[in-house]
Amino acid sequence: MKFGVVVFPGSNCDHDAYHVFSKHVGQPVDFVWHKETDLNGFDAVIVPGGFSYGDYLRAGALARFSPVMNAVKRFAADGKHVFGICNGFQILCEAGLLPGALMRNAGLHFVCRHVNIRVENENTPFTSDYENGRVLSIPVAHAEGNYTCDDVTYSSLEENGQIVFRYCDENGEATDEANPNGARSNIAGICNQNRNVLGMMPHPERACEELLGSNDGRAMFSSLTSTISRLSLNQ
Amino acid sequence: MKAKVFVTLKPSVLDPQGKAIHHSIEGIGFANISDVRQGKYFEIALDGSMDKEAARTEIERIAKDVLANPVIEDYRVEIDG
Repeated sequence: MKFGVVVFPGSNCDHDAYHVFSKHVGQPVDFVWHKETDLNGFDAVIVPGGFSYGDYLRAGALARFSPVMNAVKRFAADGKHVFGICNGFQILCEAGLLPGALMRNAGLHFVCRHVNIRVENENTPFTSDYENGRVLSIPVAHAEGNYTCDDVTYSSLEENGQIVFRYCDENGEATDEANPNGARSNIAGICNQNRNVLGMMPHPERACEELLGSNDGRAMFSSLTSTISRLSLNQ
Repeated sequence: MKAKVFVTLKPSVLDPQGKAIHHSIEGIGFANISDVRQGKYFEIALDGSMDKEAARTEIERIAKDVLANPVIEDYRVEIDG
């Protein structure tokens, strides 16, 4: 099993993701420079957080034209797993791999703190080691995390179980006070219809060690590895 | 020939930056402003090898595919010269 971490000019959470795979997941992992056009040999790729292209134009807007993104689109179309975190989520939305868009936080501030998120769908390759309703403490660090989409898109997200995480309070209630950025219906993370592409604003790769305040994010990576092993056994 | 592209948030999309600007404008004493919406403005220089209609078609495509995110933004193109 091999993981890839895409690196754009301005990515800055690429090493965090690499660290999680090499240290905690214990699987081979490689960086993939954004000029690469081939993802053969990888089982899953992470589109990490950061400020690709300095967030010029809009967060994620220029990264989607990097050569590697055509490869990521083919990779996703082949059913392989793509995991976008923070700026990675913004890039996947801009690239059309996930519906909707991420706007400036409603409070205008850059928000950098631990938040609680609730697992809304345990039946995805990224959440199979959690159970629905589980509350996770995961840090956010963003200025454009205000998820928005039109009503038709929202209904289809709901119907297809594509809303994977919602911001909530410590009791698991998705209140307005627990919403750090004004995201529609407290949405913190969504997947595509096939559930092989996930994007989320919070940083699970920064929540894999008790020393860093939480290891609630670990099971996201173990879910992914057990899904991939299961799939390769079936083949 | 020059193209101007204006990108604005769709009317249905809340604009917290516009609201903050509006608030500041009111704060310095301009009381007759009812709303502020902010956006982006691009000046694009064309090399002159296209006629006006071809230029418009091309700039419209650039606006739609790159400059604006059609999920949240509208755009308007003006061609000068």
